[in-house]
Amino acid sequence: MGEFAIRAEDLAKQYRVGQFEPYKALRDVMANAFTAPFRTLAHRGRRDATDGDKRIWALDGVSFEVSQGEILGVIGANGAGKTTLLKVLSRIVEPTRGRGLVAGRVGSLLEVGTGFHPELTGRDNVYLNGIILGMRRREIDAKFDQIVEFAGVERFIDTPVKRFSVGMQVRLAFSVAAHLQPEVLLVDEVLAVGDAQFQRKSLGRMEDVTKQGRTILFVSHNMTAIRKLCPRTILLAGGRVVMDGPTEQVLDHYLGSLEEEGGVGAVSGEALEEKATNHLWHPQPVFRARTVALRDATGAPRQSFQSDEEITVSVEYDVFETIANLELVLELYTEEGELLLRTELADAAAANDMYLTKPGRYSARCGLAPMTFGERRFYVTLYVIAQGTQHTHYERLLHFDVVFMGYNDNLSVHSRSAYFRPRFDWEVESADSDGTPS
Amino acid sequence: MSVAEKPERVDADFGATDAAPRNTRITVLEPKRGWVSLGLRELWERRELFYFLAWRDIKVRYKQTAVGAAWALIQPIATVAIFTILFGHFTKLPSPTPYVLLVFSGMLPWLLFTQSLTQSSLSLVLNAALVTKVYVPRLMIPLAATIPSLIDFLLGFVVFVSLMVWYGVVPTLAILTLPLLILLALATALSVGIWFAALNVAYRDVQYVIPFLVQIWFFVTPVAYSTQIIPGKWHLVFGLNPMTGVVQGFRWALLGKAANVGPLLALSVGLVLVLLVTGLAYFRRVEREFADRI
Repeated sequence: MGEFAIRAEDLAKQYRVGQFEPYKALRDVMANAFTAPFRTLAHRGRRDATDGDKRIWALDGVSFEVSQGEILGVIGANGAGKTTLLKVLSRIVEPTRGRGLVAGRVGSLLEVGTGFHPELTGRDNVYLNGIILGMRRREIDAKFDQIVEFAGVERFIDTPVKRFSVGMQVRLAFSVAAHLQPEVLLVDEVLAVGDAQFQRKSLGRMEDVTKQGRTILFVSHNMTAIRKLCPRTILLAGGRVVMDGPTEQVLDHYLGSLEEEGGVGAVSGEALEEKATNHLWHPQPVFRARTVALRDATGAPRQSFQSDEEITVSVEYDVFETIANLELVLELYTEEGELLLRTELADAAAANDMYLTKPGRYSARCGLAPMTFGERRFYVTLYVIAQGTQHTHYERLLHFDVVFMGYNDNLSVHSRSAYFRPRFDWEVESADSDGTPS
Repeated sequence: MSVAEKPERVDADFGATDAAPRNTRITVLEPKRGWVSLGLRELWERRELFYFLAWRDIKVRYKQTAVGAAWALIQPIATVAIFTILFGHFTKLPSPTPYVLLVFSGMLPWLLFTQSLTQSSLSLVLNAALVTKVYVPRLMIPLAATIPSLIDFLLGFVVFVSLMVWYGVVPTLAILTLPLLILLALATALSVGIWFAALNVAYRDVQYVIPFLVQIWFFVTPVAYSTQIIPGKWHLVFGLNPMTGVVQGFRWALLGKAANVGPLLALSVGLVLVLLVTGLAYFRRVEREFADRI
């Protein structure tokens, strides 16, 4: 093993949660100090329960080592401890247990533009932000022109940043960070800024940085970026390192673990029957569903999908006698049971062929277009309706998780709470005649 | 968190099998218990941050130059004018010099002190991102926050000098000690300010205590009156307020007239040192929780 850049030994960080009160009021403390002797006598032993002093381990014994010049990706679900790990390694919070060693100058980017002041000009903010990130004044002097050029804001550099568009501010802030040259760079999702073109540039810049032998620890939700940048990745879950290895293997395992956790991507036979609510107006069922499945492009049933994959909902069913107008309805719900989306077989042109359904075995497929969903869990409900004879409902029959992949080089991953993260058309044009930013 | 030089620390802990590169500084991240060092070396290494934080605050404050400078002048002039009318003309408090000079020479260090104190007390909460999103030596934040009020002070000082010329007061050689006295006023503000800055993170209502404290403090400091009116047996009690020494020191330096300056100043310096050292120690002790609480 080569020389290490980062070494984590059993790092752990505990936070208080529950009745979360990050700061107290001095007056309460004084009032408590005064009343405590009386209260303790009156309610001996009851205080712990009311204090709500629950603790969780945001990191719970994390050990790994990163060699010099290596790029390590860190992935994991929300709350797995990724950001806490970065904060500990950046010295922002102190570990509760264990030890970390970082060799050389550390630059950490937990947000872009820390310390930016809207009243100050772009030039002033470049200096201020650079110094805050740990650059020396001379370094900034030397790189100033590069920074401004990289951000593409040369014309406005002496304008207060409050007049900058958000995009320009973020580009300038990232550009400062990108020219920071620490031996170890800790990055949290900050590549997720700017337009696709700027992100491509940023990603390229990160790659250059590692070619210069610097070490990067890159935390991201964005699998595309991880895949592109990091040969090795660690997977965190519940504050522990679940897997540490080549990125492809870890990503497969991660996507697979979502699969296991959720169960199955297909239901058929008995299990399907159990889920069905039947309303019959006919002595015998006129149809019966055999299998309902969520399938990927290869036709394999899956439970978790990447946002850039098409998800095919397939319904295989038998029809026992000729039915007029067999309708299939698909609905997606949130975990809380709120309706998100409805699509019907009757919407499609193919529905015309179904006007009279003859007895036989059928397979219907509905393709949920790629680039539609955000990183959430979706519950699938299916209704099969033969008007006047049989309604069969399969409520919350299946569910699937989507891992948001970003758009090509567009690494915008701030999609965590959105159910839909479609790619829509955006256009921007200057509304000013003189071209000054506003 | 401590910083140790290679190779001793790492070799001692891991043997030499996979050592980090020579001459690379290893940052050790581990839980600290109890009292920790003041980290003054790190402050020195990041001194540019100090300049830039102070420079930012000054620049933002005087961005609209006319208004910024006007405010810096209106406050001391208006206060001094009111006190001069009330106590100089109506009450006719005893004063060894023209009363307006007595008040003004006290008001200059007083405003410097209160502005610096307030700014440094609130600095951590106002600069939360510098605590939670990046690592900088946290002590730098209240430290740099004491500086911008110097500009207001200098503007007020120009007005004061004009008044001295008007009244024909010629300063003595004592005026050469003025820079040291300004430093003492800032140190007094900082010594209290770092206590409040650290307390304010843990107990957010501390910020409401500050204006009240400043108000009370004003009345027990001989800003609007001369120490002549304080009975002799109370001098020691008043001297326990470090600002008494600072204000009397300013009067002595600017007007050449003030009683008991030597012992008062010595007492002030001693008290400020005690507050400063305990404040720094307390600050460093609770610093590790800042990011969790802010």
